[in-house]
Amino acid sequence: MSTESKEIESLVNRRYEHGFVTDIATESLPPGLDEDVIRAISARKNEPEFMLEWRLKAYRQWLEMTEPEWAHVHYPKIDYDAISYYAAPKSDSDRPKSLDEVDPKLLETYDKLGIPLHERARLAGVAVDAVFDSVSVATTFKDKLSEAGVIFCSFSEAVENHPDLVKKYLGTVVPQRDNFFAALNSAVFSDGSFVYIPKGVRCPMELSTYFRINAANTGQFERTLIIADEGSYVSYLEGCTAPMRDENQLHAAVVELVALDNAEIKYSTVQNWYPGDEEGRGGIYNFVTKRGDCRGANSKISWTQVETGSAITWKYPSCILRGDNSVGEFYSVAVANNLQQADTGTKMIHIGRNTRSTIVSKGISAGRAQNAYRGLVRIMPQAEGARNHTQCDSLLIGKECGAHTFPYMEIKHPSAKVEHEATTSKISADQLFYCRQRGISEEDAVNMIVNGFCKEVFNELPMEFAVEAQALLNVSLEGAVG
Amino acid sequence: MLEIKDLKAKTGDTEILKGLSLSVKAGEVHAIMGPNGSGKSTLAQVVAGRDDYEVTGGSVTLNGTDLLDLEPEERSREGVFLGFQYPVEIPGVNNAYLLKAAVNARRAHAGEEEIDAYEFLKLAREKMALLDMDPKFLNRGVNEGFSGGEKKRNEILQMAMLEPKLAILDETDSGLDIDALKAVAEGVNALRSPDRAIVLVTHYQRLLDYVEPDHVHVLSEGRIVRSGDKTLAHELEARGYEWVREAVNA
Repeated sequence: MSTESKEIESLVNRRYEHGFVTDIATESLPPGLDEDVIRAISARKNEPEFMLEWRLKAYRQWLEMTEPEWAHVHYPKIDYDAISYYAAPKSDSDRPKSLDEVDPKLLETYDKLGIPLHERARLAGVAVDAVFDSVSVATTFKDKLSEAGVIFCSFSEAVENHPDLVKKYLGTVVPQRDNFFAALNSAVFSDGSFVYIPKGVRCPMELSTYFRINAANTGQFERTLIIADEGSYVSYLEGCTAPMRDENQLHAAVVELVALDNAEIKYSTVQNWYPGDEEGRGGIYNFVTKRGDCRGANSKISWTQVETGSAITWKYPSCILRGDNSVGEFYSVAVANNLQQADTGTKMIHIGRNTRSTIVSKGISAGRAQNAYRGLVRIMPQAEGARNHTQCDSLLIGKECGAHTFPYMEIKHPSAKVEHEATTSKISADQLFYCRQRGISEEDAVNMIVNGFCKEVFNELPMEFAVEAQALLNVSLEGAVG
Repeated sequence: MLEIKDLKAKTGDTEILKGLSLSVKAGEVHAIMGPNGSGKSTLAQVVAGRDDYEVTGGSVTLNGTDLLDLEPEERSREGVFLGFQYPVEIPGVNNAYLLKAAVNARRAHAGEEEIDAYEFLKLAREKMALLDMDPKFLNRGVNEGFSGGEKKRNEILQMAMLEPKLAILDETDSGLDIDALKAVAEGVNALRSPDRAIVLVTHYQRLLDYVEPDHVHVLSEGRIVRSGDKTLAHELEARGYEWVREAVNA
């Protein structure tokens, strides 16, 4: 079905044909960052004045800031002047022309994950004309959503079509000056997703970036804003279980969630960026700021993440429990294999009365990887009756990896109940031999034990995602015991 | 069925099995007795393929297949079952899941189709009733928080599900109260069959009151020093292992 065949094509969709997408393909900015670059970015995106001012303010604040060094990760210093902040996607002549030219290892992984053939080309960045039939899927999908009054579009479209909503909520959860990477993102963000669920609406389907055609190339400075108005509900899936071929090493994304009275947001992530090879060459630096604001009473925000990719992950999806009786949840599986480094965890900031939070973190380390959990539970003086339960488990596979736990607690109300449980276990030779004696191969035994370890978190993922996440974990840990 | 010839094995620099020979025919139940440290458990582990031990000589075959050449999981699929003295806990892994994976691994090896969920559950419930086990066991983590008796029953359940050609039960009677011992013995007796060989490794003769062996062997310092029928077990019980040692050294 061609896009033209639909009479009631929204403005939104037409922009895909003639909008900034074409512009991107023709022009890149030279490496380096100054105010002119930011003006150029904003101009190219036809942004209103308020957006440009917002970016410039962020940039000026970023200049005053220094890169954080407290995380338990190590990497060579990033040269921010060597990055092009408005890069055109690779031209077709630079991209692989067919799957024959793609790294066989990547293809092998797709095979193991059961990625459909037509998807593999897109993920591997092959230059093909009509990548796959997503247009019709996306159109049906958009009709259904607009019926419900849900806005789900790219960030750029939101700036153009819903400037009031953007103006009202942008930066209210993660302010520009929040941290070094968030400030950089605020100044130069390329694109991302925008979601608004109106009052009392239960979003009729799980929202996934998969359905947003234009999402594939949102680039390294992605920005997502999700607003759940009073009494609404949305489940949002981010990411892709297949490893993405990506040219950019530094990824500094920002995700902001706002839940108003009685609203609920469930945000699930499967992150599988390129982790680098066995020797730690290449790989993505994933420095993300994700935060949810339970702004209304009885609101709820739930983060579920499965992190298997990236060379370095620096990520703490957090909840600000501002509304009375609001609930924050964090369920995480973080895997680090070979030379991967992960420093991830969460922050639960209890402000409202009778606020509750649950943290379940499962860290798996294999190879020579380092995996750190870093979590903060803060009970503010006014947060009467606040409760937190934290469970933090580490699983080690092999002898050369490490697991580290950095829990911080700041309790300023005497009625608070805060519990912290932590365990560290190893896949033992006894366990493996036991399974093998029952006819189960070593690899299957490791998978079985790891999946058992992660079960609590997988249970929180939408069904289909959970199955994929499990397969992904198995692939990530392949050869971890040897 | 099982032929062990002049088997020698060591761990680190310590030689534990020093030329052990044993022949077990299909349909037979053999008991291997001996004092602590005589190499009983090592024998069980070496036949199952534990890599903590290095085999330095001799051979082990099952119906003519050289077991020493195979990985532990391959030995299992060929029909070797080891009932562990200390079954390990695997938290988070569902008992039913492990059991089903094990049954299917064996089926795949035999070129059979996977067991379907209904058939599996029916079979498992049947076997559990025999062992006087609560069906809820299936949904618990593998051996997670099980009592000693529950762990041993679980081993017998696995054996019953896998229907091995050769079952080696390593100190299955240790740490059991009399009810559990009876249930386990009943499970073992139910599995006696003309095409299956069972080797009971035990320190005491207690289990042998319930599972009557065809042959009894006494192991001392890595060798079988005496073989006989079930009366040998009674003699041992009456006279103690010291008697065997003296007899050997004499």
